[in-house]
Amino acid sequence: MAANPMYQFNVYRIGPEIKINSIDISFTNASLFMVISSLAILIIFNLGTKRSIIPNKIQLLAELSYSFISKMISDTAGSKAKPYFSFIFSLFMFVLFCNMFGMIPYSFTVTSHIIVTFVLAAFIFIGVTVIGFIKHGLGYLKLFVPSGVPMVLLPLIVVIEIISYLSRPISLSVRLFANMMAGHTMMKVFGGFVVSLGIVGGWLPLGFSVALTGLEILVAFLQAYVFAILTCIYLNDALNLHH
Amino acid sequence: MLKKIIFKFLNLSLIFTYSAQSAESGGMPQLNPEFWISQIFWLVLTFGLLFIILSKFILPKISNNLETRKSQILENIETADKQREEAEKKVKEFDKIINDTKVEAKNVFNSERQKVLDDINNKRLSLEKDIEQEIIKAEKEIDQLKKTSQEKVTKIATETSSDLIKQLIGEDINKSSLSAIVEDLSKKEMEKHNGI
Repeated sequence: MAANPMYQFNVYRIGPEIKINSIDISFTNASLFMVISSLAILIIFNLGTKRSIIPNKIQLLAELSYSFISKMISDTAGSKAKPYFSFIFSLFMFVLFCNMFGMIPYSFTVTSHIIVTFVLAAFIFIGVTVIGFIKHGLGYLKLFVPSGVPMVLLPLIVVIEIISYLSRPISLSVRLFANMMAGHTMMKVFGGFVVSLGIVGGWLPLGFSVALTGLEILVAFLQAYVFAILTCIYLNDALNLHH
Repeated sequence: MLKKIIFKFLNLSLIFTYSAQSAESGGMPQLNPEFWISQIFWLVLTFGLLFIILSKFILPKISNNLETRKSQILENIETADKQREEAEKKVKEFDKIINDTKVEAKNVFNSERQKVLDDINNKRLSLEKDIEQEIIKAEKEIDQLKKTSQEKVTKIATETSSDLIKQLIGEDINKSSLSAIVEDLSKKEMEKHNGI
């Protein structure tokens, strides 16, 4: 069963079954890795809050990440997005740590599950839409009517814009989920080749496995970054209404 | 060898199809809704807690640290600028003092030199005056001596010649004619003397 490359995505219960009104909210391996990621973030960044003028290594890490995300937000969404800094920071760190913990062999990748990424993306989508309507009222609907489009094309463009807007949560969630799933599946498949080809032919897939591990670590960071930066871009649309 | 490779390839393709089949039979665990509610619940719980703790406790501290560091650096730069300005001022003062003292030293030197020169001049002048006076005096004396010496010489010559004549001839000769002869001779001698 372990040869099945999809087996690693199985969710199973850890400990007793917890049910509230016949809804199963048992603690699973997915929950375990969510808790581990959150705790790791909290521990690392709490260690990074020491008050010293010359920072130590962990403090430097925390402060660099802080200024990295702060710069990313101000670059993409402007200064109006400052109140949402902590949300985007938490989002980026959560996705990053979940992706990175998934890179440890025999661990579980929380973000390789569509339901998790979809809940995050849907929350972002709904939040951004609500912010847009609060900031601009019904004027937020102007987002769907780009300026400088000929009247003939306008009905078509509006429909396209609405579809693209509504598909944002899907594209955002599927991008992260599919990247994670594909990468981990591929690593599992190549790992299986190493075992089945044995000492004679196993070296090539082993090399591939090593290269893929590096690539996957890059992808883990990149997808977290893309997730955060797309959130910033959506937020920018809601706050600044550029169209 | 070839057989072995072919066998391995077969084996590989078998594994591939097997794994594909098993994935198909098991399906994607992601699409199994059994634990969806549980995952959503735990996601909301952990991410919510993470967000609250980060935004309430940790991130303000980090931003505070960054702010204090920034302000401290600015402050340090400011004090450094101030100190540099002060140092420049001190250097200017120092230069001014050195220049002043140089000028003063020059002045002192010049005035002293002037004094010394004046002194020398004065002394020389007075010395020259003295010397001139001495020269004049000496010239006068010489002149007098010249005059008196001629008279004396003629007198002596007259006397000696009268004495000589008295001893030679034994009688006195008119003194005035004798002196006239002597004077005449001496004049001739003198002319001879001075003429050369």
